[in-house]
Amino acid sequence: MCLGIPGRITAIVDEQAMLAEVDVSGVRRQVDVLCVAEQGQPLASLVGAWVLVHVGFAMSRIDEAEALQTLRVLASMDELAGELDAMRTSAQA
Amino acid sequence: MRFVKEFRDPHLAEALLARINHVAERIGHRRARPVTVMEVCGGHTHTIFRYGLDRRLPANIEFAHGPGCPVCVLPKGRIEDAIALAHRPDVIFTTFGDAMRVPGGRGSLLQARAAGADVRMVYSPLDALALARANPERQVVFFALGFETTAPSTALTILRAGAENIGNFSIMCQHITIIPTLRALLAQPDFTVDGFIGPGHVSMVIGTDPYAFIARDFRRPLVVAGFEPLDILHSLLMVLRQIEAGEARVENQYARVVAAQGNKAAIAAIERVYEVRAECEWRGLGQIAGSGLQLRAEWAGFDAEKRFAMQPHHLADLEQCRCGDVLTGRIKPPQCQSFGRACAPDHPAGALMVSSEGACAAYYEYHGVGEAA
Repeated sequence: MCLGIPGRITAIVDEQAMLAEVDVSGVRRQVDVLCVAEQGQPLASLVGAWVLVHVGFAMSRIDEAEALQTLRVLASMDELAGELDAMRTSAQA
Repeated sequence: MRFVKEFRDPHLAEALLARINHVAERIGHRRARPVTVMEVCGGHTHTIFRYGLDRRLPANIEFAHGPGCPVCVLPKGRIEDAIALAHRPDVIFTTFGDAMRVPGGRGSLLQARAAGADVRMVYSPLDALALARANPERQVVFFALGFETTAPSTALTILRAGAENIGNFSIMCQHITIIPTLRALLAQPDFTVDGFIGPGHVSMVIGTDPYAFIARDFRRPLVVAGFEPLDILHSLLMVLRQIEAGEARVENQYARVVAAQGNKAAIAAIERVYEVRAECEWRGLGQIAGSGLQLRAEWAGFDAEKRFAMQPHHLADLEQCRCGDVLTGRIKPPQCQSFGRACAPDHPAGALMVSSEGACAAYYEYHGVGEAA
């Protein structure tokens, strides 16, 4: 219940009741999208969005730009680790 | 699934471990005792053991497994309350599956179901509400569990029940909040944790500002972390870098899900439906003031404790279980005399053996009984 699971919003089921259909690894389920709806935007704009679903509620949109940014930081560490190894080996030689 | 595989890349994990080793070496020269970093959340504890991250750390870096597993800290008395309600012939008692096996004083909800109580597992409070709609002649009670992660979902369900005027639905509210508990831990004079890996999904709701006091008043760094192995290692490295630099700040490693300001709609739902409960008991930790939520007077009609005039049970924790010492990082699970003997996953005695996210259950599953590492 605490972990949540990523899913993709496939359709709006009931605009008034804030219910959408989410595809979670092939399983489809109705979820409440009130917490990820943006004020002034029609719910339809959520279709296609990746969200984190906790106990039947979409609690957060997964921010692709932020995810890629974190992965870039991690990848740069990998490059740096390679250079550090090279420096150490070189010093030992 | 989106951004799951990428955050499990073993090659990048090795690169992160190399960096952690570098920082640990530099810190090690200046310190007599190991650096202890507490992962607050049970989900993080599970990732650490599942991927063996604890076994890959340098000798002078240790994880302490914190109190952030809401199932583990369910007090025995509350389970007795739940079982008493479930045995009422007019009640359908609904709960997340995680709570079914938690032992009370005389058994669990699972055992109550075997003895004839109408206990049903639900995935969502919305499913409990649907049961209430479908069974107007019965009383449907939902056991509302969890930190700020799940508190909004219960609140929004109550708002729906109110809007639809569903009279046969109520909740037994056991929602708890992490901030007062972290403050209580930090105020203990022998609390030796040097920094925190902060709970990702609680923070998704409350944001990162509520942790500011940890850095400001207690001079400990905290990094809000995601739940994949690379997230944990990356966050640990961020904590260690702050310790090395003598800094104490709140940082957010999990920006793909957590916004600094949290989720406004979720916070609004919490504030509309709940108020702070004066005293709240945690298994293994005792009473922690201001750490629980209860329904506001406006929503008292949905409060099962009031509707059924429940008489709360209070049962002491077992003396031989040292859950509190594990939760505060004072000992490792195998140092408790009950671990693996009187207390094991198929017959849990203490809180932390109950859920797979509990430190002792995770330790038992991935390390076994014999190893005291």
